[in-house]
Amino acid sequence: MDSPPIVISASPHVHSDRTAKRIMYDVVIALVPAFLVSVYVFGIHALIATTAAVGSCLLFEYLIQKYFLRTEVTILDGSALITGILLAFNLPATLPVWMIIVGSLVAVGIAKLSFGGLGYNVFNPALVGRVFLLICFPVQMTLWPTPVENNTSLVDAISGATTLGIIKDGLQIGETMGTISAQLPSNMNMLLGITGGSLGEMSALALLLGGLYLIIRKVISWHIPVTVLATMAVMTGIFWWADPTQYVSPIIHLLAGGAILGAFYMATDLVTSPVTKKGMVVFAIGIGLITVVIRLFGSYPEGISFAILIMNAFVPLINKFFKPRRFGSKIKATIV
Amino acid sequence: MTDSILNSVFLLTSLGGVTGMVLFIVSKKFYVYEDPLIAEIEDVLPAANCAGCGSPGCKAFAEKLVATEDISGLFCPVGGNEVMKTVSEILGKEVVEQDPTVAVVRCQGGCDVRPKTTEYQGPKSCAISAMIYSGETDCQYGCLGDGDCVAVCKFDAMYMDEATGLPVVITDKCTSCGMCVDACPRDIIEMRPKHKRDLKIFVGCLNEDKGGIAKKACAVACIGCSKCFDVCPKEAITMVNNLAYIDPEYCTLCRKCVPVCPTESIIETNFPKKKVKKVEVDKGIEVKSVNLMNDA
Amino acid sequence: MLKTFPKGGIHPPENKLTSSNSIKRMPVPKVVYVPIAQHIGIPSEIVVDRKDKVELGQVIAKSGGFVSSNIHSPVAGTVTKLDMIVDSSGYKKQCIVIRTDVKNETNFEEIDYPLKKEITLEPQEIVRRISDYGIVGLGGATFPSHVKLNVKEDKKLDCLLVNGVECEPYLTADHRLMLEKAEEILVGIRILMKALHLHRAVIGIENNKRDAIEVFKKLTADEKEIQVAALRVKYPQGSEKQLVKAILKREVPKNGLPLDVGVVVHNVGTIFAIYQAIQHQQPLIERVVTVTGKQLKEPSNFWVKIGTPIKDLVEEVGGLPEGTRKIVNGGPMMGKAIKNTDVPVTKGTSGILVIHEDEASRGEPKACIRCGDCVDVCPMGLEPHLLMNLSEKGLYEKAAQEDILTCIECGSCSYVCPSHRPLLDYIRFGKSIAKKMVTSKN
Repeated sequence: MDSPPIVISASPHVHSDRTAKRIMYDVVIALVPAFLVSVYVFGIHALIATTAAVGSCLLFEYLIQKYFLRTEVTILDGSALITGILLAFNLPATLPVWMIIVGSLVAVGIAKLSFGGLGYNVFNPALVGRVFLLICFPVQMTLWPTPVENNTSLVDAISGATTLGIIKDGLQIGETMGTISAQLPSNMNMLLGITGGSLGEMSALALLLGGLYLIIRKVISWHIPVTVLATMAVMTGIFWWADPTQYVSPIIHLLAGGAILGAFYMATDLVTSPVTKKGMVVFAIGIGLITVVIRLFGSYPEGISFAILIMNAFVPLINKFFKPRRFGSKIKATIV
Repeated sequence: MTDSILNSVFLLTSLGGVTGMVLFIVSKKFYVYEDPLIAEIEDVLPAANCAGCGSPGCKAFAEKLVATEDISGLFCPVGGNEVMKTVSEILGKEVVEQDPTVAVVRCQGGCDVRPKTTEYQGPKSCAISAMIYSGETDCQYGCLGDGDCVAVCKFDAMYMDEATGLPVVITDKCTSCGMCVDACPRDIIEMRPKHKRDLKIFVGCLNEDKGGIAKKACAVACIGCSKCFDVCPKEAITMVNNLAYIDPEYCTLCRKCVPVCPTESIIETNFPKKKVKKVEVDKGIEVKSVNLMNDA
Repeated sequence: MLKTFPKGGIHPPENKLTSSNSIKRMPVPKVVYVPIAQHIGIPSEIVVDRKDKVELGQVIAKSGGFVSSNIHSPVAGTVTKLDMIVDSSGYKKQCIVIRTDVKNETNFEEIDYPLKKEITLEPQEIVRRISDYGIVGLGGATFPSHVKLNVKEDKKLDCLLVNGVECEPYLTADHRLMLEKAEEILVGIRILMKALHLHRAVIGIENNKRDAIEVFKKLTADEKEIQVAALRVKYPQGSEKQLVKAILKREVPKNGLPLDVGVVVHNVGTIFAIYQAIQHQQPLIERVVTVTGKQLKEPSNFWVKIGTPIKDLVEEVGGLPEGTRKIVNGGPMMGKAIKNTDVPVTKGTSGILVIHEDEASRGEPKACIRCGDCVDVCPMGLEPHLLMNLSEKGLYEKAAQEDILTCIECGSCSYVCPSHRPLLDYIRFGKSIAKKMVTSKN
């Protein structure tokens, strides 16, 4: 027979054009605006850090899969690319490159491939890499460059503090909220990204733009980001309402730090979040609560990465307890 | 400094002591009596947990052996007569000796002789593809080639021959546990007596179609011509639905049926080759010595 | 807002290429191959022998039990042999081969009867005739229709649902039938209402068949008992349980039937066949088949005799196009791929879909990324990714606890899976084993 034989397969014989690869590259597209802002703000440092993280993530995935695990190499599926970008986004722009590479190794090698690769990892790889670096190199990891005027220069920018860092430090040395507020960047600056902080968490606006794109493209559902942010707003709102001298307003909490980056891009990671909408809401409430608790009472100024990792561990349990309602399950069956 | 060391040593020691006590009390209080014979039998059994005996595992089989009065119907196919003899000595119960058996694949329809007419796309599992249709070839009785039998074998006694796409049994490793027999959706694998030197004769085909159709689908199919049936001196061969079957109970391995088969669908293994050649000359029929089972 | 079922569902490209082509009549085939297992349940028993002469519509295989059906000769001719023929299940099944008598005029008589409105038969007579005339569900499941009409005393029925949804992409057989035989279908609905002593019937039609909705709305304008419900386009709305939920907002209990909520559902094709049987004494020997595919020269709808080889149909629309790599008996979502075109049309063949090599192959399965899309689209509220895992690992009992048995095999999960995982393949397999385990336990 010359022509290839007739194909037999079970139904369905059609498939939607939505593929895992397309989902992954949609996430990459959504991260572009935030990346552009960070390049604008941190200049060449942002470029170097992101390139280092992405490059080393891809390289480690290739090396480990090819020579260590000897499985199919999947670096083109986009997941290592995203891990790299998100890892870079969670680091200070001026972090030494070798530390970024160590972080990538932990993210790809330990958090992802040792669990069995894409789809089997329990924790968000980029966050594991970030938290690993934060614990190993606490000084460098909290050395935040401030936005530079001459953003093509390679000279280290003057290090400043993040919005949340200012608040935490200020409260620890007993400053009043009045004096602290004076040091904080304006809400508008936080929205646009003219502030200190991790590479990618600069501009709330750019991140929201990308997040909106993801929701429109149905890569993520609105449940997780909206619930995380709402929970945080309600919690910090209660404290602020109770004692405005000790606590800042919810608006600052939402705009500052990694809240938006975490809520839209890290918590929504398909692999490490629950599968049902009900489960997603529960998961997101957990993240919101833990984040606020760490921010207000913990020793770290920012807690969303810990919160997401902690809730990642609960995902299998959430999947077990929050199942979709089975069709026809409420009514008693009578078999004819 | 010393204080803290002493403190921790004291703490750990007392913790260990307390938990040790608790463990001791609990193990005494909730002690369950178990017949020591069960443990003894379990030690004898091969610990393969293959379920070939019908019990879910070796421990369960040991319990069953101890509990049952008459164990003549029970047999561990993996351990064979030796193990059963030891069991009999321990328990003082009669066991029945059984001929050792081995798995044989009753299909020779490799890629070269059984042309593929369609392409299957889906999970690589015989059970699943058998649910959808009759397989990639036009023979709906033969091997599907997705290797469920190989996947289920716990003794590495089977592998897929890449050239033919058919499973092969490594006779020395086969313990005749029967897992592959259950796994095959087409009932192609059969347990047959091993005989001396692993001599076997069996029909390597299950095709029940009429001769012409069977032959068109596969060059080595049994076409139901009854020639073997006619030639068999012991009436060990039965013809049902255009298909010959050699009953191992009556077969004396005389090999008369092998050369008369026009499609070479009767397989003989481990017989000396010389004799086959002689027959070849006698009858003037081209006969290959099929040595499928002993490839490894 | 148009009505639809609330949970799950997908919207694949409709590709209804033939919705404006009126139904043509296939020439009578020279030879017909009539399988005896054309319906769900017990196969029929052959009552003819080789060389027997058979009349058009003569019973050639008798119902083998309650859940079974008679099979009638689609042509007048001679039985040439009783043979094993590969049918759409992919296996060889017993089959009656009849050579058409070209001299017998009954074979070529016009079957378009004039509309007959009065229903003279009594309810019991109607049910008996539906059973005698071999009517089975023509939507695809081929469940013998009389079984659905034998309602036990303790069941209270209040509504007949008419399934004109045709949610499968490509297929237009029901759509065309509704347009061309609307009045006959309405009489058929009346017949069923009389048989079941019902005073309410709702015709459910998806909104992509506006012309059919218009036709029925016009015809039922001053009817009090028969209504038309326009439904939002969503697959699998043609599934009984989803249809009942969409139209009446009643939920059929788990492991239950529409009867449990007082509803009987029949497909429009079935209802037309019932009309033909009751009013014109014509047994089920032909049906509408959509022959379609993007590369076909002229995809069409046909009246086809049961037993016609699919080959003839494909020839009629210009032959298999170059590069054909898959032929599906039925629609793209639930149809079965067949080995070759020798397979005959049976009572359940609603369409023949010819797929080009560009679309025939499945994507390479990748790891599950736990996106939860399969959970979102499952109309039965199941977790396909979990069921597939359990089935793959052989944990069938656990799968049964996770309600694998309620799966309707609509294929929505496999359709959406971004990793191209063969979810339904494994679920279907696990379901078959779990079913055996459950039945052996009882």
